[in-house]
Amino acid sequence: MSGNTCVIVGASHGGVNCAFELRKQGFDGDIVLIDKDPQLPYHRPPLSKAFLLGGDPTALQPLKAQSAYAQSDIDLKLGVEVESLDVSAKQVVTSEGAIDYDSVVLATGATPFIPPISGLSEAKNSFVLRDANDATDILAAVQNTENTINHVVVVGAGYIGLEAAASLSKLGAKVTVVEREQRILQRVASEPLSTFMTHKHKANGIEIVCQKTVSAVKTSEANQLVVLDDGTELKADMIIVGVGVRVNTELAQASGIETLPQGIVVDAHMKTSISNIYAVGDCTVFPHPTLGDKCHIESVQNAVGQARIVAQTITGKVSTYDEQPWFWSDQFDAKLQSVGLPKDADNILVREEGDNALSVWHFDGEALVCVEAINAPKAYVLGGRWIAKKVLIDKEKLTDVNVAIKDCVL
Amino acid sequence: MTQIIFITADEQEHVLEADSGSLMELAVANNIAGIDGDCGGVCSCATCHVHIAPEDKARVGEASEIEADMLELAENVTENSRLCCQIAISDKLEGIRVTVAEG
Repeated sequence: MSGNTCVIVGASHGGVNCAFELRKQGFDGDIVLIDKDPQLPYHRPPLSKAFLLGGDPTALQPLKAQSAYAQSDIDLKLGVEVESLDVSAKQVVTSEGAIDYDSVVLATGATPFIPPISGLSEAKNSFVLRDANDATDILAAVQNTENTINHVVVVGAGYIGLEAAASLSKLGAKVTVVEREQRILQRVASEPLSTFMTHKHKANGIEIVCQKTVSAVKTSEANQLVVLDDGTELKADMIIVGVGVRVNTELAQASGIETLPQGIVVDAHMKTSISNIYAVGDCTVFPHPTLGDKCHIESVQNAVGQARIVAQTITGKVSTYDEQPWFWSDQFDAKLQSVGLPKDADNILVREEGDNALSVWHFDGEALVCVEAINAPKAYVLGGRWIAKKVLIDKEKLTDVNVAIKDCVL
Repeated sequence: MTQIIFITADEQEHVLEADSGSLMELAVANNIAGIDGDCGGVCSCATCHVHIAPEDKARVGEASEIEADMLELAENVTENSRLCCQIAISDKLEGIRVTVAEG
Protein backbone atom coordinates (compact mmCIF):
# COMPACT_ATOMS: atom_id res chain seq x y z
CA MET A 1 0.00 0.00 0.00
CA SER A 2 2.44 2.68 -1.12
CA GLY A 3 1.47 6.26 -0.51
CA ASN A 4 -0.20 5.33 2.78
CA THR A 5 1.51 7.25 5.54
CA CYS A 6 0.53 7.25 9.20
CA VAL A 7 2.08 10.01 11.27
CA ILE A 8 2.04 9.49 15.05
CA VAL A 9 2.51 12.60 17.17
CA GLY A 10 4.01 11.68 20.53
CA ALA A 11 6.35 8.74 21.17
CA SER A 12 5.62 7.58 24.67
CA HIS A 13 3.61 4.52 25.78
CA GLY A 14 0.65 5.31 23.48
CA GLY A 15 2.52 6.42 20.36
CA VAL A 16 5.20 3.74 20.44
CA ASN A 17 2.75 0.93 21.04
CA CYS A 18 0.56 2.28 18.25
CA ALA A 19 3.48 2.18 15.79
CA PHE A 20 4.42 -1.42 16.62
CA GLU A 21 0.81 -2.55 16.76
CA LEU A 22 0.19 -1.10 13.28
CA ARG A 23 2.90 -3.40 11.93
CA LYS A 24 1.48 -6.32 13.88
CA GLN A 25 -1.91 -5.63 12.29
CA GLY A 26 -0.32 -5.76 8.84
CA PHE A 27 -0.06 -2.05 8.07
CA ASP A 28 2.45 -1.83 5.20
CA GLY A 29 2.54 1.93 4.61
CA ASP A 30 5.03 4.37 6.07
CA ILE A 31 4.98 5.01 9.81
CA VAL A 32 6.48 8.26 11.09
CA LEU A 33 6.71 8.56 14.87
CA ILE A 34 7.54 12.03 16.16
CA ASP A 35 8.42 13.40 19.59
CA LYS A 36 10.09 16.54 20.81
CA ASP A 37 11.80 14.55 23.59
CA PRO A 38 15.24 13.59 22.20
CA GLN A 39 15.48 10.44 24.38
CA LEU A 40 14.83 7.01 22.93
CA PRO A 41 11.23 6.40 24.14
CA TYR A 42 11.30 5.06 27.68
CA HIS A 43 9.09 3.66 30.43
CA ARG A 44 7.66 6.50 32.49
CA PRO A 45 6.45 4.72 35.65
CA PRO A 46 9.97 3.89 36.93
CA LEU A 47 10.96 7.58 36.79
CA SER A 48 9.43 8.27 40.21
CA LYS A 49 10.60 4.94 41.66
CA ALA A 50 13.44 2.70 40.42
CA PHE A 51 15.09 5.46 38.37
CA LEU A 52 15.42 7.86 41.32
CA LEU A 53 16.53 5.08 43.65
CA GLY A 54 18.98 3.60 41.14
CA GLY A 55 20.96 6.84 41.01
CA ASP A 56 22.14 6.36 37.42
CA PRO A 57 20.91 9.22 35.20
CA THR A 58 21.61 7.16 32.07
CA ALA A 59 19.53 4.20 33.25
CA LEU A 60 16.29 5.03 31.45
CA GLN A 61 14.43 1.88 30.54
CA PRO A 62 13.67 1.93 26.81
CA LEU A 63 10.19 0.90 25.68
CA LYS A 64 11.80 -0.79 22.67
CA ALA A 65 15.39 -1.18 21.55
CA GLN A 66 16.64 1.38 19.04
CA SER A 67 17.12 -1.43 16.52
CA ALA A 68 13.49 -2.49 16.87
CA TYR A 69 12.30 0.69 15.14
CA ALA A 70 14.44 0.02 12.08
CA GLN A 71 13.47 -3.66 12.11
CA SER A 72 9.79 -2.71 12.04
CA ASP A 73 10.43 0.06 9.51
CA ILE A 74 9.27 2.81 11.84
CA ASP A 75 10.73 6.24 11.08
CA LEU A 76 11.42 7.56 14.57
CA LYS A 77 11.95 11.32 14.59
CA LEU A 78 13.13 12.43 18.01
CA GLY A 79 13.80 16.00 19.07
CA VAL A 80 11.33 17.17 16.44
CA GLU A 81 8.48 19.52 17.31
CA VAL A 82 5.09 19.25 15.62
CA GLU A 83 3.96 22.80 14.93
CA SER A 84 0.58 22.29 13.31
CA LEU A 85 -1.75 20.01 11.43
CA ASP A 86 -2.92 21.22 8.06
CA VAL A 87 -6.11 19.25 7.71
CA SER A 88 -7.00 20.46 4.21
CA ALA A 89 -3.55 19.81 2.75
CA LYS A 90 -3.25 16.62 4.86
CA GLN A 91 0.15 17.63 6.21
CA VAL A 92 1.81 17.48 9.60
CA VAL A 93 4.02 20.55 9.87
CA THR A 94 7.13 19.95 11.97
CA SER A 95 10.23 21.92 12.94
CA GLU A 96 11.96 19.95 10.18
CA GLY A 97 9.40 20.47 7.44
CA ALA A 98 5.99 19.18 6.39
CA ILE A 99 5.03 15.51 6.13
CA ASP A 100 2.12 14.38 3.93
CA TYR A 101 -0.20 12.07 5.83
CA ASP A 102 -3.02 9.69 5.12
CA SER A 103 -3.76 9.23 8.82
CA VAL A 104 -2.59 10.92 12.00
CA VAL A 105 -2.59 9.57 15.56
CA LEU A 106 -2.38 12.19 18.28
CA ALA A 107 -0.65 10.78 21.35
CA THR A 108 0.23 14.16 22.76
CA GLY A 109 -0.19 13.30 26.44
CA ALA A 110 -0.37 15.92 29.14
CA THR A 111 1.74 18.53 30.90
CA PRO A 112 2.09 18.93 34.67
CA PHE A 113 0.07 21.80 36.04
CA ILE A 114 2.02 24.40 37.97
CA PRO A 115 -0.24 26.17 40.44
CA PRO A 116 0.08 29.95 40.67
CA ILE A 117 1.89 30.05 44.03
CA SER A 118 3.79 33.18 44.92
CA GLY A 119 7.54 32.55 44.73
CA LEU A 120 7.24 29.07 43.21
CA SER A 121 8.60 29.95 39.78
CA GLU A 122 11.73 31.49 41.37
CA ALA A 123 12.19 28.65 43.87
CA LYS A 124 15.40 26.60 43.99
CA ASN A 125 15.23 22.89 43.22
CA SER A 126 11.54 23.00 42.38
CA PHE A 127 10.43 20.23 40.05
CA VAL A 128 7.51 18.50 38.47
CA LEU A 129 7.85 14.81 37.57
CA ARG A 130 6.54 13.69 34.23
CA ASP A 131 9.38 12.96 31.84
CA ALA A 132 13.01 11.86 31.78
CA ASN A 133 14.23 15.44 31.94
CA ASP A 134 12.34 16.08 35.17
CA ALA A 135 13.60 12.87 36.74
CA THR A 136 17.19 13.50 35.67
CA ASP A 137 17.03 17.03 37.11
CA ILE A 138 15.71 15.69 40.43
CA LEU A 139 18.45 13.07 40.52
CA ALA A 140 21.12 15.69 39.77
CA ALA A 141 19.83 17.86 42.62
CA VAL A 142 19.85 14.88 45.00
CA GLN A 143 23.41 14.00 43.97
CA ASN A 144 24.73 17.57 44.16
CA THR A 145 27.17 17.36 47.06
CA GLU A 146 27.49 21.14 47.35
CA ASN A 147 23.85 21.55 48.23
CA THR A 148 22.57 18.68 50.34
CA ILE A 149 18.86 17.97 50.15
CA ASN A 150 17.75 17.46 53.74
CA HIS A 151 14.16 18.63 53.56
CA VAL A 152 11.71 18.00 50.76
CA VAL A 153 8.17 19.33 50.44
CA VAL A 154 5.89 17.48 48.03
CA VAL A 155 2.84 19.47 46.96
CA GLY A 156 -0.01 17.12 46.09
CA ALA A 157 -0.67 13.62 47.41
CA GLY A 158 -1.56 11.87 44.19
CA TYR A 159 0.38 8.86 42.96
CA ILE A 160 3.28 10.84 41.49
CA GLY A 161 3.69 12.93 44.63
CA LEU A 162 3.54 9.93 46.95
CA GLU A 163 5.89 7.82 44.85
CA ALA A 164 8.37 10.70 44.71
CA ALA A 165 7.97 11.17 48.47
CA ALA A 166 8.70 7.48 49.12
CA SER A 167 11.75 7.49 46.86
CA LEU A 168 13.23 10.73 48.23
CA SER A 169 12.63 9.54 51.78
CA LYS A 170 14.45 6.30 51.02
CA LEU A 171 17.31 8.44 49.71
CA GLY A 172 17.55 10.04 53.13
CA ALA A 173 15.48 13.22 52.91
CA LYS A 174 12.93 14.33 55.49
CA VAL A 175 9.79 14.60 53.39
CA THR A 176 6.52 16.44 54.05
CA VAL A 177 3.57 15.94 51.72
CA VAL A 178 1.00 18.74 51.57
CA GLU A 179 -2.48 17.92 50.25
CA ARG A 180 -5.39 20.34 49.97
CA GLU A 181 -8.06 17.62 50.13
CA GLN A 182 -9.20 15.76 53.24
CA ARG A 183 -7.09 12.73 52.54
CA ILE A 184 -4.29 11.54 50.27
CA LEU A 185 -5.23 10.00 46.91
CA GLN A 186 -8.73 11.45 47.32
CA ARG A 187 -9.32 11.85 43.58
CA VAL A 188 -8.16 8.35 42.63
CA ALA A 189 -8.61 5.89 45.50
CA SER A 190 -11.04 4.82 48.21
CA GLU A 191 -10.87 5.90 51.81
CA PRO A 192 -9.62 2.55 53.21
CA LEU A 193 -6.79 2.61 50.71
CA SER A 194 -5.93 6.23 51.59
CA THR A 195 -5.90 5.34 55.28
CA PHE A 196 -3.60 2.37 54.72
CA MET A 197 -1.19 4.41 52.60
CA THR A 198 -1.24 7.30 55.09
CA HIS A 199 -0.11 4.92 57.84
CA LYS A 200 2.49 3.41 55.52
CA HIS A 201 4.02 6.79 54.74
CA LYS A 202 3.93 7.96 58.34
CA ALA A 203 5.54 4.73 59.53
CA ASN A 204 8.36 5.45 57.12
CA GLY A 205 8.97 8.91 58.52
CA ILE A 206 7.01 10.97 56.01
CA GLU A 207 4.84 13.74 57.32
CA ILE A 208 1.42 14.06 55.70
CA VAL A 209 -0.43 17.36 55.99
CA CYS A 210 -3.98 17.34 54.60
CA GLN A 211 -6.50 20.15 54.14
CA LYS A 212 -3.74 22.70 53.75
CA THR A 213 -2.66 24.62 50.72
CA VAL A 214 0.62 26.27 49.90
CA SER A 215 0.35 30.04 49.91
CA ALA A 216 3.93 30.99 49.11
CA VAL A 217 7.51 29.88 48.68
CA LYS A 218 10.13 32.09 50.30
CA THR A 219 13.63 31.64 48.98
CA SER A 220 16.67 33.39 50.44
CA GLU A 221 20.41 32.80 50.39
CA ALA A 222 20.15 31.05 53.74
CA ASN A 223 17.16 28.82 53.22
CA GLN A 224 13.93 28.11 51.40
CA LEU A 225 10.54 27.86 53.07
CA VAL A 226 7.17 26.62 51.88
CA VAL A 227 4.48 28.64 53.62
CA LEU A 228 1.10 27.00 54.18
CA ASP A 229 -2.27 28.76 54.39
CA ASP A 230 -2.25 28.50 58.21
CA GLY A 231 1.15 30.21 58.37
CA THR A 232 3.18 27.05 58.97
CA GLU A 233 6.64 27.30 57.43
CA LEU A 234 8.25 24.12 56.12
CA LYS A 235 11.94 23.93 55.23
CA ALA A 236 12.28 22.87 51.63
CA ASP A 237 15.67 22.28 50.01
CA MET A 238 13.61 20.70 47.25
CA ILE A 239 9.99 21.09 46.17
CA ILE A 240 8.15 18.50 44.10
CA VAL A 241 4.89 19.71 42.55
CA GLY A 242 2.47 16.89 41.76
CA VAL A 243 -0.95 18.49 41.52
CA GLY A 244 -2.14 16.95 38.29
CA VAL A 245 -1.84 17.70 34.62
CA ARG A 246 -3.36 19.70 31.81
CA VAL A 247 -4.02 17.68 28.68
CA ASN A 248 -2.12 18.70 25.56
CA THR A 249 -5.04 19.56 23.28
CA GLU A 250 -3.57 22.66 21.59
CA LEU A 251 -2.59 20.92 18.35
CA ALA A 252 -6.01 19.29 18.04
CA GLN A 253 -7.86 22.49 18.93
CA ALA A 254 -5.92 24.57 16.43
CA SER A 255 -6.87 22.05 13.73
CA GLY A 256 -10.57 22.31 14.50
CA ILE A 257 -10.81 18.89 16.17
CA GLU A 258 -13.47 18.68 18.89
CA THR A 259 -11.94 18.91 22.35
CA LEU A 260 -13.14 19.31 25.92
CA PRO A 261 -11.16 20.79 28.80
CA GLN A 262 -10.24 17.23 29.85
CA GLY A 263 -9.10 16.08 26.42
CA ILE A 264 -9.49 15.35 22.72
CA VAL A 265 -12.88 13.78 22.03
CA VAL A 266 -12.69 10.34 20.39
CA ASP A 267 -15.20 7.56 19.75
CA ALA A 268 -14.82 3.92 20.83
CA HIS A 269 -12.53 3.32 17.83
CA MET A 270 -10.28 6.28 18.72
CA LYS A 271 -11.53 8.47 15.86
CA THR A 272 -11.60 12.21 16.46
CA SER A 273 -14.21 14.53 14.93
CA ILE A 274 -12.07 14.89 11.78
CA SER A 275 -11.73 11.88 9.52
CA ASN A 276 -8.39 10.07 9.41
CA ILE A 277 -7.28 11.78 12.61
CA TYR A 278 -7.20 9.65 15.74
CA ALA A 279 -6.08 10.11 19.33
CA VAL A 280 -4.93 7.77 22.13
CA GLY A 281 -3.84 7.84 25.75
CA ASP A 282 -3.78 10.55 28.40
CA CYS A 283 -4.90 13.19 25.89
CA THR A 284 -8.28 11.60 25.12
CA VAL A 285 -11.88 11.74 26.30
CA PHE A 286 -13.54 8.51 25.24
CA PRO A 287 -16.73 6.48 25.65
CA HIS A 288 -16.57 3.18 27.52
CA PRO A 289 -19.36 0.59 27.75
CA THR A 290 -19.31 0.42 31.54
CA LEU A 291 -17.52 3.60 32.63
CA GLY A 292 -19.52 6.25 30.80
CA ASP A 293 -19.57 8.51 27.75
CA LYS A 294 -16.81 10.92 28.63
CA CYS A 295 -14.01 9.00 30.31
CA HIS A 296 -10.57 10.39 30.82
CA ILE A 297 -7.90 8.12 32.26
CA GLU A 298 -4.24 8.90 32.76
CA SER A 299 -2.37 5.60 32.81
CA VAL A 300 0.03 3.42 30.88
CA GLN A 301 -2.57 0.70 30.47
CA ASN A 302 -5.08 3.12 28.94
CA ALA A 303 -2.50 4.40 26.46
CA VAL A 304 -1.37 0.90 25.47
CA GLY A 305 -4.94 -0.43 25.24
CA GLN A 306 -6.12 2.46 23.08
CA ALA A 307 -3.01 2.12 20.89
CA ARG A 308 -4.07 -1.46 20.09
CA ILE A 309 -7.56 -0.30 19.15
CA VAL A 310 -6.43 2.57 16.92
CA ALA A 311 -4.06 0.26 15.04
CA GLN A 312 -6.99 -2.02 14.32
CA THR A 313 -9.19 0.90 13.24
CA ILE A 314 -6.53 2.22 10.86
CA THR A 315 -6.06 -1.23 9.34
CA GLY A 316 -9.77 -1.52 8.67
CA LYS A 317 -10.96 -3.69 11.56
CA VAL A 318 -13.76 -2.73 13.87
CA SER A 319 -12.90 -3.05 17.52
CA THR A 320 -14.20 -1.13 20.44
CA TYR A 321 -12.20 0.04 23.43
CA ASP A 322 -13.81 -1.74 26.37
CA GLU A 323 -10.84 -2.76 28.56
CA GLN A 324 -11.27 -2.33 32.31
CA PRO A 325 -8.72 0.19 33.50
CA TRP A 326 -5.92 -1.18 35.63
CA PHE A 327 -3.20 0.55 37.48
CA TRP A 328 -0.30 -0.08 39.82
CA SER A 329 1.94 1.83 42.19
CA ASP A 330 4.80 0.84 44.47
CA GLN A 331 5.48 2.81 47.63
CA PHE A 332 7.80 1.38 50.29
CA ASP A 333 6.74 -2.25 50.73
CA ALA A 334 3.19 -1.58 49.53
CA LYS A 335 2.41 -2.99 46.11
CA LEU A 336 -0.81 -1.35 45.04
CA GLN A 337 -2.86 -2.68 42.15
CA SER A 338 -6.31 -1.67 41.07
CA VAL A 339 -8.75 -2.71 38.37
CA GLY A 340 -11.94 -0.92 37.37
CA LEU A 341 -12.91 2.53 38.61
CA PRO A 342 -14.56 3.13 41.98
CA LYS A 343 -16.76 6.00 40.85
CA ASP A 344 -20.00 4.08 40.28
CA ALA A 345 -19.88 2.06 43.47
CA ASP A 346 -22.57 2.49 46.11
CA ASN A 347 -21.16 -0.02 48.59
CA ILE A 348 -17.67 -1.23 49.41
CA LEU A 349 -16.19 -4.11 51.37
CA VAL A 350 -12.74 -4.32 52.87
CA ARG A 351 -10.92 -7.62 53.16
CA GLU A 352 -7.96 -7.37 55.49
CA GLU A 353 -5.30 -9.99 55.12
CA GLY A 354 -2.75 -9.58 57.87
CA ASP A 355 -1.48 -6.16 58.84
CA ASN A 356 0.27 -5.37 55.58
CA ALA A 357 -2.30 -6.41 52.99
CA LEU A 358 -5.85 -5.52 52.15
CA SER A 359 -8.26 -5.39 49.27
CA VAL A 360 -11.16 -3.00 48.77
CA TRP A 361 -14.08 -4.37 46.78
CA HIS A 362 -16.41 -1.83 45.15
CA PHE A 363 -19.94 -2.81 44.18
CA ASP A 364 -22.72 -1.07 42.31
CA GLY A 365 -25.56 -2.92 44.01
CA GLU A 366 -24.42 -6.51 43.61
CA ALA A 367 -22.23 -5.88 40.57
CA LEU A 368 -18.49 -5.77 41.24
CA VAL A 369 -17.04 -2.67 39.55
CA CYS A 370 -13.59 -2.14 41.04
CA VAL A 371 -10.97 -3.83 43.21
CA GLU A 372 -8.12 -2.01 44.87
CA ALA A 373 -5.48 -4.29 46.34
CA ILE A 374 -2.41 -3.69 48.47
CA ASN A 375 0.02 -6.61 48.63
CA ALA A 376 -2.93 -8.77 47.56
CA PRO A 377 -2.37 -9.62 43.90
CA LYS A 378 -4.82 -12.50 44.06
CA ALA A 379 -7.63 -10.08 44.84
CA TYR A 380 -6.53 -7.91 41.95
CA VAL A 381 -6.26 -10.79 39.49
CA LEU A 382 -9.51 -12.53 40.42
CA GLY A 383 -11.34 -9.22 40.85
CA GLY A 384 -10.38 -8.13 37.36
CA ARG A 385 -11.56 -11.40 35.91
CA TRP A 386 -14.85 -11.26 37.83
CA ILE A 387 -15.58 -7.67 36.78
CA ALA A 388 -15.08 -8.62 33.13
CA LYS A 389 -17.27 -11.72 33.43
CA LYS A 390 -19.88 -10.02 35.65
CA VAL A 391 -19.51 -12.75 38.27
CA LEU A 392 -21.68 -12.40 41.38
CA ILE A 393 -19.91 -12.59 44.71
CA ASP A 394 -20.84 -13.78 48.20
CA LYS A 395 -20.06 -10.62 50.14
CA GLU A 396 -20.20 -12.31 53.53
CA LYS A 397 -17.59 -14.87 52.56
CA LEU A 398 -15.45 -12.19 50.95
CA THR A 399 -14.88 -10.37 54.21
CA ASP A 400 -13.97 -13.63 55.97
CA VAL A 401 -10.22 -14.04 55.44
CA ASN A 402 -10.50 -17.72 56.31
CA VAL A 403 -12.36 -18.23 53.03
CA ALA A 404 -10.07 -18.17 49.99
CA ILE A 405 -11.02 -15.42 47.53
CA LYS A 406 -11.62 -17.91 44.76
CA ASP A 407 -14.29 -19.59 46.90
CA CYS A 408 -16.31 -16.40 47.28
CA VAL A 409 -18.20 -16.79 44.02
CA LEU A 410 -21.95 -17.13 44.38
CA MET B 1 28.32 -12.72 29.46
CA THR B 2 25.50 -15.16 30.04
CA GLN B 3 23.83 -16.74 27.04
CA ILE B 4 20.03 -17.04 27.09
CA ILE B 5 18.02 -18.75 24.37
CA PHE B 6 14.53 -17.38 23.65
CA ILE B 7 12.19 -19.42 21.49
CA THR B 8 9.38 -17.41 19.89
CA ALA B 9 5.97 -18.55 18.64
CA ASP B 10 7.36 -19.04 15.11
CA GLU B 11 9.77 -21.60 16.65
CA GLN B 12 12.78 -19.39 15.94
CA GLU B 13 15.63 -19.59 18.42
CA HIS B 14 17.15 -16.27 19.48
CA VAL B 15 20.49 -16.56 21.24
CA LEU B 16 21.03 -13.44 23.36
CA GLU B 17 23.71 -12.35 25.81
CA ALA B 18 23.81 -10.10 28.85
CA ASP B 19 25.44 -10.01 32.26
CA SER B 20 22.83 -8.12 34.23
CA GLY B 21 19.22 -6.96 34.16
CA SER B 22 16.18 -9.20 33.84
CA LEU B 23 15.24 -11.67 31.13
CA MET B 24 12.36 -9.34 30.23
CA GLU B 25 14.70 -6.38 29.67
CA LEU B 26 16.97 -8.55 27.53
CA ALA B 27 14.01 -9.76 25.47
CA VAL B 28 12.55 -6.27 24.98
CA ALA B 29 15.95 -4.84 24.08
CA ASN B 30 16.16 -7.46 21.34
CA ASN B 31 12.57 -7.13 20.12
CA ILE B 32 11.56 -10.68 21.03
CA ALA B 33 7.97 -11.06 19.82
CA GLY B 34 5.45 -11.72 22.59
CA ILE B 35 7.43 -10.13 25.43
CA ASP B 36 5.95 -6.68 26.04
CA GLY B 37 6.79 -5.81 29.63
CA ASP B 38 4.09 -3.12 29.70
CA CYS B 39 4.56 -2.42 33.42
CA GLY B 40 8.29 -1.94 33.04
CA GLY B 41 9.23 -5.01 35.05
CA VAL B 42 7.49 -4.67 38.39
CA CYS B 43 5.39 -7.82 38.19
CA SER B 44 2.13 -5.99 37.58
CA CYS B 45 0.96 -6.79 34.06
CA ALA B 46 1.79 -10.41 33.15
CA THR B 47 2.91 -9.46 29.61
CA CYS B 48 6.30 -11.20 29.85
CA HIS B 49 5.11 -14.76 30.35
CA VAL B 50 7.55 -17.52 29.40
CA HIS B 51 7.86 -21.27 29.85
CA ILE B 52 11.17 -22.41 31.24
CA ALA B 53 12.61 -25.61 29.77
CA PRO B 54 11.95 -28.34 32.39
CA GLU B 55 15.65 -29.19 32.67
CA ASP B 56 16.48 -25.55 33.48
CA LYS B 57 13.79 -24.99 36.10
CA ALA B 58 15.94 -25.83 39.09
CA ARG B 59 18.54 -23.24 38.07
CA VAL B 60 15.96 -20.53 37.48
CA GLY B 61 14.16 -21.07 40.77
CA GLU B 62 10.57 -20.67 41.89
CA ALA B 63 8.17 -17.79 41.37
CA SER B 64 7.47 -15.60 44.40
CA GLU B 65 3.98 -15.59 45.84
CA ILE B 66 3.12 -12.31 44.12
CA GLU B 67 4.42 -13.60 40.81
CA ALA B 68 2.50 -16.86 41.16
CA ASP B 69 -0.66 -14.89 41.85
CA MET B 70 -0.04 -12.65 38.85
CA LEU B 71 0.48 -15.68 36.64
CA GLU B 72 -3.14 -16.55 37.26
CA LEU B 73 -3.89 -13.58 35.01
CA ALA B 74 -1.99 -15.08 32.10
CA GLU B 75 -3.20 -17.54 29.51
CA ASN B 76 -1.52 -20.89 28.80
CA VAL B 77 -0.09 -21.19 32.28
CA THR B 78 1.80 -24.40 33.01
CA GLU B 79 3.99 -25.61 35.85
CA ASN B 80 6.92 -24.16 33.87
CA SER B 81 5.46 -20.67 33.67
CA ARG B 82 7.34 -17.63 34.90
CA LEU B 83 7.08 -13.87 34.42
CA CYS B 84 10.52 -13.19 33.03
CA CYS B 85 10.78 -9.66 34.47
CA GLN B 86 11.28 -11.45 37.78
CA ILE B 87 14.26 -13.50 36.60
CA ALA B 88 17.59 -11.75 37.09
CA ILE B 89 20.38 -12.68 34.71
CA SER B 90 23.47 -14.24 36.30
CA ASP B 91 26.13 -16.84 35.38
CA LYS B 92 24.07 -19.63 36.80
CA LEU B 93 21.51 -19.15 33.98
CA GLU B 94 24.11 -19.88 31.26
CA GLY B 95 22.43 -21.48 28.27
CA ILE B 96 18.87 -21.71 29.63
CA ARG B 97 16.06 -22.09 27.12
CA VAL B 98 12.84 -20.13 27.56
CA THR B 99 9.82 -20.28 25.30
CA VAL B 100 7.63 -17.22 24.92
CA ALA B 101 4.13 -18.19 26.06
CA GLU B 102 1.31 -17.69 23.59
CA GLY B 103 -1.69 -15.55 24.24
